[in-house]
Order: sequence, then structure tokens, then C-alpha cells
Amino acid sequence: MKKTGAQILWKCLEREGVKHVFGYPGGAILPAYDALQHSSIHHVLVRHEQGATHMADGYARASGQVGVAIATSGPGATNMVTGIATAMMDSSPIVCITGQVGSKLIGSDAFQETDITGITLPITKHNYLVTRPDELARTLREAFYVARSGRPGPVLVDITKDAQQAACEFDWESAKPKLPGYRPNLSPVAGEYAHALELIRNAKRPVILAGHGVIVSGAVRELRELSDHAGIPVALTLLGLGAFPASHPLNLGMMGMHGEAWVNHTIQEADLLIALGMRFDDRVTGNLKTYAPNAKKIHIEIDPAEINKLVKVDVALVGDLREVLKELLPRIESLDRSEWLDHIDQLKGDSAVRDIQNLPDNGHLYAAHVISDLWRETRGSNTVVVTDVGQHQMWEAQYYKHEEPRSLITSGGLGTMGFALPAAIGAKVARPEAEVWAVVGDGGFQMTMCELATLVQEKLKINIAIINNGYLGMVRQWQEFFYDRNYAATPLLNPCFTKLAEAYGIRAAVVSERPQTVPAVQAAREHDGPVLLDFVVEQEDTVYPMVAAGAGLHEMIRRPSPIVETALDD
Amino acid sequence: MLNTFIVYVENKPGVLTRVASLFRRRAFNIDSLAVGRTEKAEVSRMTITVDADADQARRIEANLYKLVNVLLVENITHEPAIIRDLAMIKVAATHEARSHVLELAKVFRARVVDVAPESLILEITGTEDKIDGLLEVLRPYGVLEMVRTGLVAMRRGTKTATAAAGAFDGLAPVSEVAEVAAEDDVSYSV
Repeated sequence: MKKTGAQILWKCLEREGVKHVFGYPGGAILPAYDALQHSSIHHVLVRHEQGATHMADGYARASGQVGVAIATSGPGATNMVTGIATAMMDSSPIVCITGQVGSKLIGSDAFQETDITGITLPITKHNYLVTRPDELARTLREAFYVARSGRPGPVLVDITKDAQQAACEFDWESAKPKLPGYRPNLSPVAGEYAHALELIRNAKRPVILAGHGVIVSGAVRELRELSDHAGIPVALTLLGLGAFPASHPLNLGMMGMHGEAWVNHTIQEADLLIALGMRFDDRVTGNLKTYAPNAKKIHIEIDPAEINKLVKVDVALVGDLREVLKELLPRIESLDRSEWLDHIDQLKGDSAVRDIQNLPDNGHLYAAHVISDLWRETRGSNTVVVTDVGQHQMWEAQYYKHEEPRSLITSGGLGTMGFALPAAIGAKVARPEAEVWAVVGDGGFQMTMCELATLVQEKLKINIAIINNGYLGMVRQWQEFFYDRNYAATPLLNPCFTKLAEAYGIRAAVVSERPQTVPAVQAAREHDGPVLLDFVVEQEDTVYPMVAAGAGLHEMIRRPSPIVETALDD
Repeated sequence: MLNTFIVYVENKPGVLTRVASLFRRRAFNIDSLAVGRTEKAEVSRMTITVDADADQARRIEANLYKLVNVLLVENITHEPAIIRDLAMIKVAATHEARSHVLELAKVFRARVVDVAPESLILEITGTEDKIDGLLEVLRPYGVLEMVRTGLVAMRRGTKTATAAAGAFDGLAPVSEVAEVAAEDDVSYSV
């Protein structure tokens, strides 16, 4: 039987297992929206197309399934650019469907025409322009396959209006993907395994660097076995948090720019780095010239283009991390590394004393307290924390102890402010049984707060914690350290967030003192609708420790000891 | 150093842009790029020369493979290969100079493809050095116009990369490719 391109689109999404899509209608995608009525797929109406892409991204990161966003041509498509780039940098599998003007109008500067395949070329894993309905089924099957396989990433499918309207025979079975050049399944050769095993056997001071790839490839159990069996401590990247339990004795915590001092010192003193599904981002390495100078390096990574990109390695095992680890594990020897582990314990030194958590209540509310209390209240339950970008993101990474994979969703590579609220909506749609918290700064929240309406319209129970310091806090911190406290364009005049929330019918409260934090969190959890908590925190608080951009990983700005003195004085 | 890559790509709209965009995006500077058809209708062939050290060359290869439409990449920099450039040079050739120019063309085995009262067009095929050499000696007579195709390259001997790698057998539905890959993984060594 013949079907229109629009009908084929929904049929294909159904066959790919799609249950929810996030979108916004418009002229060039109207035929698709008209055909939506006959589909079982649930459409979430967003308030801005950037939100649709972040929701699809949050959906994908929370569930491991491909997220889908839909928009019209022109401005609808260009509004997706930030979300697509975010998904690209963090290897998140999303498929973006955009309407396009009629195929005969392409190139004529027609109303709402834009070259979205050209625009998104460098920020998609692959993209397509479809001008005929008979190309649609195969293209969509390829799009989903490319998005989810190998190193995942965003794929955009631009469909002309006439391709949606015209009809053709639809045969899913025969529309098989045809990707002769696409090779997502690489695996290492035997000699490389042997070399890696030899390096691990001979290492006295090894450390595992675990990244997002552990979660993406589902290698959480294999990582744990490797660490347990070989007695090797694990440092995590921001996107790796949750890949290894925070409470595990061999867990060091987050590495890099805002990693704890002992984590970075461990890396600098190591004689072997075992990098798993991570890409040696500059926020993780600091100055490359002084990075882990005495360490041999093993890099297990699915993307060959990441090998020797920034850090030259001794052995590269290119392939799916889980498969590679399963191959390695039976041949790993259990060795006593207590000397090295004791040394790492000593590196921790007075860090715990300097920790802001140990500061008695002095009337000020610190973000670290808020995050720490939120963690204490929600731990053990099925909680997903979705953060925005900035100081609160780093405090979350430091003070929220993630035990499970996919319990933290955050924009790492691109550092996209405005990510948290829409990504939290996507996460909640993907995992309705999970408790979802959007932890967001007062700056980033205002970039995508229009999606409050989406969350209300969808009747989603999401809690929002605004860490409100009245500044673009991380930028202010850089101005404090590196620009002589010239706070140019960082102070914010904010709206009343509680009134704003109430305008959307969302319950809200202001929290400005530490004793109010736990009751506020408890009340939010008990309420059966969405809640917004406006945590008014210390204005000029700073994320410590910090490795300045371009500095060596061991050259940290430590937490100032006056915190300790204040504590003792009290 | 200059690296020479042979890149086989699917013959589809926009593939040249994808390849060119990759070099721009990763800040690799293309020295020369030539594209044309191959013995297979669905396959185009590019010869790309780029200034890169060994590490960069490996990353260029790996990044090219990340493009879904790229079928096969060969770095033939250190392989025995025939590398050719073609140039057409319009040179001023007045009555007095004409015989000198023709003499030089003969020495360089360039062909005269157009004769006009005041000029000649020479066509020359060869390595870049040879063409640069001819240009050098023609310059005093007045080079009015020149066009070069960019380098094209082919390995010496009977070995064909495409047959060896079975690259285009893969022009089959991807499910089959994926199944093959699952059983017999393509190996990659750094």
C-alpha cells in the first residue's frame, strides 16, 4: 500500500522503537505533524527548538536509547544547532528531523529556507537531505543505526516538504541501510593486548582514568572487576561520574581542573595510566607538556581518531570498551599494590579539613552545603541529577556522590548553559520512575526557562534547584583570579524565581539558610508536582581546587586555609 | 612533509564538501586535491596531498574514516607510486621567440595543443618538479595563463588497494556488513 513520506516517517520511528519525540511544528514540517495523529508516538511540545534537542539528548543519556527531536525548516532548524553540537561533543545518540522547503525551491532563498545540512556538517556524526519519499525509509534506518553504533552521536535528517507529501510504496524490510564505508566495529589485534597486559603487570603506580565511554559501552561491571582484581585506583572524568561507585574504596573521584588535589597528584605521580573511554580533554590534562610525565599510557577507545590526538600513548586498544575489557580481564594478574594505595591516602593530607563541608554554620549558605544535603536526602533512591554549566556543576560533581551510571547528566565537552532544564525533562520522559533533579545556576536557568511550560504541560514531576548567587559565578571566579576582580558583565539582576514558577503553576520556595535546606528538599520530594527551590547562596564563593587554564595538573590553586581557621575560631 | 592520500568515497552529492570540511575543521592544510570517477560508477576517487607529520597523517586517516561516505583511505607516501600533475600553460610566443619555446617544449616532452599568432598553449604531464621546471624556463618569454589539475596518484604494480581491502564488495546492505564485522572484526593498529 502506498504511504506519504509523512506517514512513512512515523512508521519508521515506530519501527525503530521510538516512544517519544520532542518537537515544535512549523510550515515545512506540517505534513509530518498532520500525519502524527495516526501514530502511537507521544509528541512533547517544547517552547524552543534548542530545548527539543537537549530533551532528546537528556532522554538518550538517561536511557541509552536514541532521542528524537523534530523542528521545521529555517529558524526551527538553526535553533537546534547548540543542542546538536552539545550531543556531538558528548557522544550522545540523537536523531534530529527537520522540515525543508520543497525540493524545487532549494537554493532559491525561499521563505524559511536554510542550508541546515551544510550548517550542521561539522557538528553531526552524519546528516542527510531527503527529497523523495522513496529514500525516506532507508535514510531513517541508516540515521538510527549511525547515531547509536560505534561512538554514538547526533544525526540530522532534513526532509523536503514535497518528500513528506508525495506517496510511494513503503517496505521497511527491503529498505535496509546501505553504508559500505561505515565501520563502527573495530577490535585490537593480539599483540596489542599482550603489550597492554605487560605494562599493567609491570606497573607499580597504576591508575585507571575512566570516562563517558564506560557508561556508553555498558562496561561498568567490567571496570569494577578490573579495578578490584588488579587493585588499581580509579579516577573519573566529569562525564564518567557514576561509572564507578563513589563509595568504592578504590574510587579517587573526579580528575582535572576542579578535581581534588590528591586525584591530580596521583595521576602526576603514576607510572601507568589506563585510559578507558575518555579523550584527554584539556580540562582533564592541564598543560600537556607536564602531564603524567613518568607514566606509560594505555588508551582503550572506540574512536581511532582520538588515539594520539593530544596525549601520545604507548598502547592503543581500539574497539568497544566492554568487549576489550572482557578480553583483558581473564589475563589480568592480581597484584599487591598497597604501597601505592597507602601513598595515595597520604596525598589526601589535610584536604578533608579544608573542605567547606566541615565549616560550621556561620549564617551563610554555601552551594556545597546545598548539594551535599541534596545528596544525603536522595541517595539510595533512583535519582538522576541533571546539571547546567558553571560553578554549581562543579560543586555537584564534587559533593554529590554518584553510585550508579546514568545518575548524572551534564553538558561536558561543549559546556552548554541552558542544558539542565530541558535535559531533565528528557530524562524524566525516558525514566518516569526516577526522581529527577535539575540543578542549575541562576544564569543558565534563564537561558531555557521557557521549558517550564513544557514540564507543566507534560505533567512531569521534576524538582529544580537553582543555585542562585546573583552572578555568572564561574566567569566571575575567572575574573577574580585572572582579571583583577574586574567583574565585567557578570552580576545578574534576576527576576523573582518563585513568582515566576508560580506563574507556571509550579510550587516554589526560597531557601537562604542552611537549616532550611533539608526540610525544603524533603518537602519538594513529597510534593506530587514539580517544585522549584531558589537557593540563595554565598555570592562570591569559589570552586576549589582549581587548575588554571594552561597550568600543569599538579599546580592547583588549593582551598584556602582561612576556611579552617574560621572553623577553629568559631 | 607532504603526504599523499588516495581516498575512495561514495559518489554522492556533498561528499567533496564533507571531506574538505573535515580538513578545515581539524586545521589540516590541503596542498592539492583532485577528484574524479573510478572504474566503478558508485565510487569516486580523490588524491589529496597534505603537509603533515606522521602522527598527523595517522589522525587524518582516522578522521577520514569517520566520514560515513568514505570507503577506503590509503596513505601512499612511502609506497612506490606514480604521481602526476597536468598543466596547461599559455605562453607568449612572438615570431622570434616561437622556435625557442617549441624547443623547450620538446625538451620537456610537453605537447603544443593550441597555436595562435602571439601565443602557444603547452600541455604537460608529469611530476610537480618537472612542471615547475618548465614554468621556470618559460617565464622569461611571458606566461600569460596557467592551470594545473592537482596531483593524481596510483600505486605501481598489479596490487590494487581496492581489491586487497575488498572495499567495494562492501557496497552491500549494511546489515550484512555489520554481520561480517561482528564475526571477523576489522583490525586496527596504531
